[in-house]
Amino acid sequence: MAELSTRHLLGIKDLNLKDIELIFETADEFKSVLNRPIKKVPSLRDVTIANIFFENSTRTRLSFELAEKRLSADVVNFAASSSSVSKGETLIDTVNNILAMKVDMVVMRHPYAGAGIFLSKHVKAQIVNAGDGAHEHPTQALLDAFSIREKYGDVAGKKVAIVGDILHSRVALSNILCLKQLGAEVMVCGPTTLIPKYIGALGVKVEHDLLKALNWCDVANMLRIQLERQDIKYFPSLREYSMLYGLNKQILDSLDKEITIMHPGPINRGVEITSDVADSKQSIILDQVENGVAIRMAVLYLLAGQTQ
Amino acid sequence: MQNLTLLDGQKFQITIQRLCRQLIENHDDFSNSVLIGTQPRGIYLAKRVAEELRKILPGKTILQGDLDITFYRDDFRRRESQLVPNQTRIDFIIEDKKVILIDDVLWTGRTIRAAMDGMLYFGRPQKMELLVFVDRRYSRQLPIEADYVGIEVDSIASQKVVVSWKETDGEDKIVLLSEAK
Repeated sequence: MAELSTRHLLGIKDLNLKDIELIFETADEFKSVLNRPIKKVPSLRDVTIANIFFENSTRTRLSFELAEKRLSADVVNFAASSSSVSKGETLIDTVNNILAMKVDMVVMRHPYAGAGIFLSKHVKAQIVNAGDGAHEHPTQALLDAFSIREKYGDVAGKKVAIVGDILHSRVALSNILCLKQLGAEVMVCGPTTLIPKYIGALGVKVEHDLLKALNWCDVANMLRIQLERQDIKYFPSLREYSMLYGLNKQILDSLDKEITIMHPGPINRGVEITSDVADSKQSIILDQVENGVAIRMAVLYLLAGQTQ
Repeated sequence: MQNLTLLDGQKFQITIQRLCRQLIENHDDFSNSVLIGTQPRGIYLAKRVAEELRKILPGKTILQGDLDITFYRDDFRRRESQLVPNQTRIDFIIEDKKVILIDDVLWTGRTIRAAMDGMLYFGRPQKMELLVFVDRRYSRQLPIEADYVGIEVDSIASQKVVVSWKETDGEDKIVLLSEAK
């Protein structure tokens, strides 16, 4: 008889260790549902969910939509590019109009940090943050930690290196918060310009040498360079970045242990990671995608089932 | 709370044995039949029945699985507290098999309705039967009856029937709990 301590999922910051464990236990059962011939349960049949995406997405939107459909929820999709937002409507008005059509939950991605938190204070529906600017991406962090737990049995005590554009990455922040809660050691690695100045305050190690970071870690989470969020040049060229921070087979084979490779997608093959590494058996990138559906089913199920 | 013990000790064991004999009457050597216990409390009875059948039918394979019905319930978002799912473990095919659904207490019939729903997600059984330890008569909210019944009890809604198991609770017994006046 456990419940999440929060009514919305706005960020990992709002979750305690019990919440994360409850989500994982529920996701375990949904993962087994997803491996049955009929991959569907009727739990959310009287729930309507709106997926509101103010920013592009393939994986996250599809993953949420599949999770919703496999829980038998009714789903409406909304992409800002083809909507009245371009006619000047405000966020609250847009969402309240959608809610007037009897929608119970909103899954939202927005380019501005804190958009989900803002919305949760002004509308009645439950909000799930599917990424807000460079702030948080809680379901991604949950599925990453869930994948590490699946691979190693436990997250506590594992060493995880997050490599790349930490400054602009919501995945990095949510991952750090989630992994630290679960008792993992976390290191961030990247060029000085792409590491936030006070990141050490979150209790993470900082490293600028990729080889040292890889030698230290059990799991390397390779992040994409977020060119769309970079208003100035943070490094001379992608080629130089790739030479210093790109993970290739040669580096991987030079390590004296076998580490696990993760990537939240979309991959820029040949920049942060080469094709042979992304497709190698050390990579659990596609397991992450599979687990994403189970994690999102768990989150939606637990939120929707809360006492009204 | 006042407690009235309905069944314990040797009688408890004899009742399980009787249920097993009744099953064998209809299912012969269980080559085309499987046992499914419903989570969380029905699985203990299912395990006991499977153990007992293995003793009576040495050398025969008795397939037994656990079904969690949390996702198929009709009171999601209507309950006061949320239910956490339990493990479903059915590592055999139920298509065209005779399925014996097992639960400890049959009361309103809603759990069994959910279990039948959940079962169908695993395939189309040839036949589905219901075995319960305790039948709380005259309290059904759905048209569901059991094929095999351990004991029948007449009770009122405010009472509770609790089946305890040696494995988890230290003792085999069935108790009827009533609110003290």
